[in-house]
Amino acid sequence: MLTYLINGISLGSVYAIIALGYTMVYGIAKMLNFAHGDVIMVGGYMAFCATSYLGWPAIPSVLFSVLVCTVLGIVIERLAYKPLRNASSLAVLITAIGVSYFLQNTALLIWSSNPKAFPNLVSLPNLSVGSIQISSVAMVTVAACIIIMVGLTLFTDKTKMGKAMRAVSEDKGAAQLMGINVNGTISLTFAIGSGLAAIAGVLLCSAYPTLMPTTGAMPGIKAFTAAVFGGIGSIPGAMLGGILLGLIEIFGKAYISTQLSDAIVFAVLIIVLIVKPTGLLGKKVNEKV
Amino acid sequence: MSMLSVENLHVYYGSIHAIKGISFEVNEGEIVTLIGANGAGKSTTLNTVAGLLKPKNGSVQFEENSLLGIPVHKIVGKGMALCPEGRRIFLQLTVQENLEMGAYSRPGSEIEASIEEIYQRFPRLKERHKQIAGTLSGGEQQMLAMGRALMSKPKLMMLDEPSMGLAPILVEQIFDIIKELNEAGTTILLVEQNAQMALSVAHRGYVLETGRIVTTGTGAELLEDDAVRKAYLGG
Ligand SMILES: Nc1ncnc2c1ncn2[C@@H]1O[C@H](COP(=O)(O)OP(=O)(O)OP(=O)(O)O)[C@@H](O)[C@H]1O
Ligand SMILES: [Mg+2]
Repeated sequence: MLTYLINGISLGSVYAIIALGYTMVYGIAKMLNFAHGDVIMVGGYMAFCATSYLGWPAIPSVLFSVLVCTVLGIVIERLAYKPLRNASSLAVLITAIGVSYFLQNTALLIWSSNPKAFPNLVSLPNLSVGSIQISSVAMVTVAACIIIMVGLTLFTDKTKMGKAMRAVSEDKGAAQLMGINVNGTISLTFAIGSGLAAIAGVLLCSAYPTLMPTTGAMPGIKAFTAAVFGGIGSIPGAMLGGILLGLIEIFGKAYISTQLSDAIVFAVLIIVLIVKPTGLLGKKVNEKV
Repeated sequence: MSMLSVENLHVYYGSIHAIKGISFEVNEGEIVTLIGANGAGKSTTLNTVAGLLKPKNGSVQFEENSLLGIPVHKIVGKGMALCPEGRRIFLQLTVQENLEMGAYSRPGSEIEASIEEIYQRFPRLKERHKQIAGTLSGGEQQMLAMGRALMSKPKLMMLDEPSMGLAPILVEQIFDIIKELNEAGTTILLVEQNAQMALSVAHRGYVLETGRIVTTGTGAELLEDDAVRKAYLGG
């Protein structure tokens, strides 16, 4: 029982970190970046290459992965989404799906569809509390999630750039009148989201060490669900949604059915959205004109 | 000296020709008003000057330098601020954060002193500095919108219908503030539906009709002008 709880929170923390990327990009650029899940996969492969091919130690490998994904996020936004800034949201959505397939197929070309065994990057001992074992990966994952959450909250609440980001998410025109560079802010958001995706990729592959070009797809969709569940656009919502989703999935697998666990996850989402369409912590848009 | 000079400006929304070759000037130290009916093109003009819209033709010069082709977010740093129609404050940010955003283009070290100045002018904002802006009353939101625009220390302040939706007593107050700002050295370009009030504070005015300037003169002249009285002052 406690083991399930720990596994659920740990898996949920990965979803939460991915969901943050969805939610931030949605908040600023008002688009669903469906390629976000595949950036996780790229992050996994980058860390894999750095350790297995180049023989780098864990920390530099993770940093390398974060760096590559950050740049990748900026490049995707510039090349694929920026030209569509004023296009219909359907066109943007289709482009995002296109980018997703592009990343998957490129990975397929480079690394083939054979699963790669992800190296163990977390070389800490597991923790035993009484009869329960807590894996070091789970501990690192939860710690990373907490640090990211606190860091992002401080960033958006306290820093000039973070406040500007909130201003842009509300009204791009007014933000520009203040002197805020909206394009720069959108790039920054993609950079942060993609950097987080790299971290999520490393954590995910550490917990489930098989790496394939489709590795990011399912966690991506679930994290998107988590973001909607918590209230898309809301940072604490993404956190809460991610953790709850992880718990539901693990407990569903344990007590109800392994095959049905994903169906349960989506059933819960649908119920929440019927009861509260804006998600758990979603903001009501209260505009006074 | 001419602070803002607009010449032969044409602005389109897709195929809609909203501004059809207007020219006007704002000199240093003046209050100039643009009046006209709904849809005449007043907001379009201000938004184009501020860089939010790109004109098809014509020139916009601020202190002898062309503003065309300069990215919007760089324009405020040149000393021009627009307090847009409908206020457009950041509803989910606090009052104080809104003011900080107004000073985005300025060095951080000067901001605190400027915020104090704004609070002196608008004590209501000080009382509510931690409140989320969306929960302010309409009048307070207008004060915040003006305060936010002033945070950039503009030489030219453009105001788009600052009296919209406000009770008469608040309208008086807003116009008093505009006069005070002007006396303290800020040049003002004011767009108003309330032509009576606008013309009585303005040094000069322009009357806009469906994208063209049809009349111009001093505030007093326009208040006396028969056509203007008929169209905008209720006889
Ligand atoms: N985004 C837009 N797309 C298409 N047409 C527009 C747009 N904004 C304004 N227009 C048109 O341009 C013309 C000028 O509009 P503008 O908003 O500048 O008028 P205004 O003088 O500010 O009016 P009001 O007093 O009602 O604010 C109008 O005919 C309007 O319908
Ligand atoms: Mg208008």
